[in-house]
Formats: sequence, structure tokens, C-alpha cells
Amino acid sequence: MPEKPLSKAPIYTEFHPRWYRPHVSVYWWLGQRQYLKFILREISSVFVAWFVVLMLLQLRALRSGPDAYSRFSHWLQNPLVIAINIVSLFFVIFHAITWFNLAPRAMAVRVRGKQLPEIMISAPNYAMWVVVSAGVAWLVLR
Amino acid sequence: MMKLSSEPFLWTLFSAGGVVAALLVPVHLLLFGVAFPLGLLHAPSYEHLMALVGLWPVRIYLFLLCSLPLFHWAHRFRYTLYDGLRVKHLNEVIFALCYGGAVVGTLLAGYLLWSL
Repeated sequence: MPEKPLSKAPIYTEFHPRWYRPHVSVYWWLGQRQYLKFILREISSVFVAWFVVLMLLQLRALRSGPDAYSRFSHWLQNPLVIAINIVSLFFVIFHAITWFNLAPRAMAVRVRGKQLPEIMISAPNYAMWVVVSAGVAWLVLR
Repeated sequence: MMKLSSEPFLWTLFSAGGVVAALLVPVHLLLFGVAFPLGLLHAPSYEHLMALVGLWPVRIYLFLLCSLPLFHWAHRFRYTLYDGLRVKHLNEVIFALCYGGAVVGTLLAGYLLWSL
């Protein structure tokens, strides 16, 4: 088969060295307060997952009968468990507050071209929070 | 055609989980994790809790309370590992552990609530 003749104009590409990417340390988030707050907010999800573990343990105890449930209740009174739960409570509340404060950014509502003030979106969320919490407490405590 | 991504679906689960976690987890954790064990409030009896859990709407509520926040954690924790600890080289493992964990928790919750 005849070879394709070499074209008269060779195609050159320009040489470019690799783009410079500064190396970022694993501890970048300790550098600024805002970064730390961000990471703490994200870490709050671990404490949310911890609550689900607690919930699953509680369901398993309920399922196994009154003795198992009283053993579970007793375990909940262990000082280490209480300490973990108090810390978790802070992180979970931190999650709720940051979440509701972020809601106006996620749901940008415009009325007649003007954006609603942020508090008009976050306030109903907080109100819902109070109402729903009161409802759950009433159901459990009565 | 644009590559079909599961990202929007996973983000929706994250978002729903975040709402459930924000609205409901504080009161549950306050009551069952702190107030009842410390004796600050009178703890409900086994019979009262079983009566509540016997109702199907309560079981569905508890299922969502367990499942959605787990997906919220899975999504957020996965990104925290990428951005926070910069472990991009473990992508597939992290993805599997996070969402897999959420699926396992969901299945456990379903099983426990079904057989209560």
C-alpha cells in the first residue's frame, strides 16, 4: 500500500510546562476561624449519625422486651454516654441553627422583583422547629 | 448527551436528611439522650413507648428519622473527607463506606420497625 506523502506544513503544538499548583496542607482548616467553623459544621453530621445509632439501639431494645429496654435505659445513664450525648446535642443544635440560617440562600424567593429579607425565610423554619419539638415532647411525655 | 450523574439525587437525600436532622434530632436527643437519663424529666414507660410505636404513622416517622439523617451524614462526611482531610485517592472506598453505611442503617431501621 503506498505511503501517504508527508504534508508540507508540519503541525506543531506549543510546549507549556505544568500549571503551578501550590501544595495545600492537610491542616488548612486550622488556619482561619471561618475555616474552623466550616469544618465544625460539617463534623456535626457525625453527631447526627451517632443519634441514629442511638435510635437503632433503642428500637432494638424496645423490640427485645422490657428487661432489655431497662438495661438500655441504664446504659444511657453511664456518665461517658451522657457526656457524649451532651456534646452531640450541642453539635446537633449547631447544625440546626446553621441550617436554618442557610435556608434563605437555598430558597431565594422573589416577590415583585425584590428578594425577600432573609429573616422571612429563616423565621418560619425556627417556628416550625419549636412547634415540631413541642409536638414530639408532648407525645412522648404525656 | 450530558453524562448522567447521581449527584443531584444524592444531594436531595442530603438536603432532606438535613431538614429532618435540624427539626427533629435536637428534641429527640434532648429527651432520650440527656433529660431522661439524668432524671430531669419523667421518662416514659416501656408500655407507653410500645403503644406509640405500635401506630403505623409513628413507625414511618421513625423510619424517616433514622434513614434520612444517615444519608445527610454520608454525603456531608464524604465531602468533608475530600476537602478537609484531602484524601482524594480513596474516592471509591469512601463513597462505598459512606453511602453503604447509610443503606445498611436504613435496612436495619426498616427491619427493626417492621418486626416490632
